[in-house]
Amino acid sequence: MFRNNYDNDSVTFSPQGRIFQVEYAGEAVKQGSVVVGIVSKTHAVLAALKRNAEELSSYQKKVIPIDTHYGVALAGLASDARVLSNFMRQESLRERLTYGRPMNLSEIANRIGERAQINTQQYGRRPYGVGLLISGVDRNGPHLFEFQPSGMVNEMLATSIGARSQMARTYLEKNLDQFADATKEELIKHALSALKDSLSQDKELTVDNTSVGVVGGGDLFKLYEGQEVSPMLASAFGEGEGEESMEVDT
Amino acid sequence: MAFAAPDHGPGYSFTSPTTASAPKQHGFYPYTDNGGSILGISGADFTILAGDTRSTSGYNINSRMAPKLFRIGGEGPDATGARIILGVVGFGADGAALKERLDTIVKIYRYEHGKDMSVKACAQRLSHLLYGKRFFPYYTHAILGGIDEEGKGALYSYDPVGSYEREQCRAGGAAASLIMPFLDNQVNFKNQYVPGSGEGHDLKAREVVPLSRNYVMELVEDAFTSAVERHIEVGDGLQVLVVTENGIEERISPLKQD
Amino acid sequence: MNHLPQAWGRPRDDVYGAYNASFLPQDGPKQHTQSPIVTGTSVVAMKFKDGVVVAADNLASYGSLARFTDVKRLRQFNTRAVLGFGGDVSDMQHLDRLLTSLSLRENYADPGSSGDETDTASLDAKNLHTYLSKVMYKRRTDFNPLWNHILVAGLDDADKPFLASVDLLGTTFSAPSLATGFGAHLAVPILRRVAPDEAAAETLSMDDAVNAVKEAMKVLFYRDARSLDKYSIAVIRKDGVQLKEDEKLEGQSWAFAETIRGYGTQIH
Repeated sequence: MFRNNYDNDSVTFSPQGRIFQVEYAGEAVKQGSVVVGIVSKTHAVLAALKRNAEELSSYQKKVIPIDTHYGVALAGLASDARVLSNFMRQESLRERLTYGRPMNLSEIANRIGERAQINTQQYGRRPYGVGLLISGVDRNGPHLFEFQPSGMVNEMLATSIGARSQMARTYLEKNLDQFADATKEELIKHALSALKDSLSQDKELTVDNTSVGVVGGGDLFKLYEGQEVSPMLASAFGEGEGEESMEVDT
Repeated sequence: MAFAAPDHGPGYSFTSPTTASAPKQHGFYPYTDNGGSILGISGADFTILAGDTRSTSGYNINSRMAPKLFRIGGEGPDATGARIILGVVGFGADGAALKERLDTIVKIYRYEHGKDMSVKACAQRLSHLLYGKRFFPYYTHAILGGIDEEGKGALYSYDPVGSYEREQCRAGGAAASLIMPFLDNQVNFKNQYVPGSGEGHDLKAREVVPLSRNYVMELVEDAFTSAVERHIEVGDGLQVLVVTENGIEERISPLKQD
Repeated sequence: MNHLPQAWGRPRDDVYGAYNASFLPQDGPKQHTQSPIVTGTSVVAMKFKDGVVVAADNLASYGSLARFTDVKRLRQFNTRAVLGFGGDVSDMQHLDRLLTSLSLRENYADPGSSGDETDTASLDAKNLHTYLSKVMYKRRTDFNPLWNHILVAGLDDADKPFLASVDLLGTTFSAPSLATGFGAHLAVPILRRVAPDEAAAETLSMDDAVNAVKEAMKVLFYRDARSLDKYSIAVIRKDGVQLKEDEKLEGQSWAFAETIRGYGTQIH
């Protein structure tokens, strides 16, 4: 039987030049539920689909506020995300204490990128099994960064990670030119629409399974969950969210 | 030396110095007094903290606008959502360090627990922060204010090494000795008796009742305008913070600059 | 062998003489700076409506000796912040090195959003002051102070004038006009007459502020025995920093000195 001999650790290349452990970590991200991030010239929005492991359990945390000017959305291992978000929060507090200023987003994104890369090059370590969208507003304006377990960090205008996220990205690519000048409400609508496109047939966005994080226009990062997202869902998909609008004979 | 030299027989160099010369005295004193005064009064559903805004070094006025009262645990530049206030007087740098430590702790508490820290918990934590530097103390007198779990005004006062107590009122800092007796008399009605209730030990003490917010504000202003007259380190501005269930209100008014 | 186990194996004083402690290290416990050595005197600064002016003379004294007469005590950090150092000069040079590495790190991490290479001021004066206050407070807490009193002059994140001070204890404060050392006694009253509060500073013209600071430098030269008539002066505004490091006090008049009586041998 064929056995891959090059995926036992994250420090060995395969003859094809691949590091399987890192690629597997990337698969963990793809199994997480989908999250979407978009930035305009003024705002940054994160939207996420929460999953519950079983009917009676609580929903997974998908959007984590880090500081007053930014937050992260995660896809993959939530516990790894907690480690990273704790680190980011610590660094952000440190920045405020030592310099009295908010953490620069590219700086913090690169810093966790560095940490993740170390896990891919030292024996006995394992890559993070989580992808993050880091989104917020710093002194250079709104930003969105995508972070992958490989240590890859990229700045994006809009993106999505997680299960079936290709559908969301297709939506985002299609509507990209509308984002820059969009209002906060329009941006939320786009994020929810992109999120909705990634849902499987039997699923729909509800107040229970949707998280939205918004920051910009002088407001601090705010996480919307539960009943707070209901007006957003209503304005994005019309009243009685979930049901497609009735086909009307003409 | 750990052991004593024998008092008879041949001598051994037990008591010989480990160095040729005695160590030099430290020439650096790590503290200074930046003057100023604070006071706090708690009411039925509010707590007021007040402090002057002068910062001094000896006879110099460093600044006429150096607030001593801070919001603890709020988010962002305006401390949004803060429900606890702290006043610190004494050595300004220690005060600033203490404030930042407590603020960070309360912020982390909210992140880790998903709820605000109670004033009671915060008060005990502040005591630990101060005692943690028992042998190199924060040279400050701190007063912490907020609303307790029953919705009542809460006020805690501290000594520099963390001994603390919940009180109705407390004055701290340079003019504490001027303000505190006034507060004893006007807030806790010390030495006030019911007229005609008897002679000597038969006199009935006037019953202590919670004071209204407006009345407390007047007491605070009287306390400071008087302290300014009698203490050179107090003056310039009066900062007042009021915590209620609805949040924190701030008012800054002028005091004499002489 | 005797009944004193502590003495076993030790040389007897009556045979070998008392222990000669001069071979031991001469110093006691590790000593940190106990006093400044080469020092700079006052730094004076004041805010005006759209900026800050700061000045310090070019003298570094060794006690009462005017040791170095061309030492620049103003340091431009970037396009938004200038520092003025009073106190120990070697500690100033240490901080200078610290700030150089900080600014290098800063500019490497974030070369500014405008794409303009001169816009590298990601740390404004306020950020810098916060940072310095932590450095100074840490060092005092370690009983190893940097023997300086520093004024940080520049602009904050909203491009508003910013002026604040930090000293060797980590004490910080901010005011419309500030001065260190002797200047705290002599210069501050002069500057406060020109701008008693923030509101007055917000309407003050640059020329008036510069003239007031120059006047204060002159009075300091008259009365401060550790001062010099050569000085540096910097103006920080939104359009950048104007730093002059080789100025000479103008319009000196020592006529008042003739009338002073009582300090030495006098006939009258």
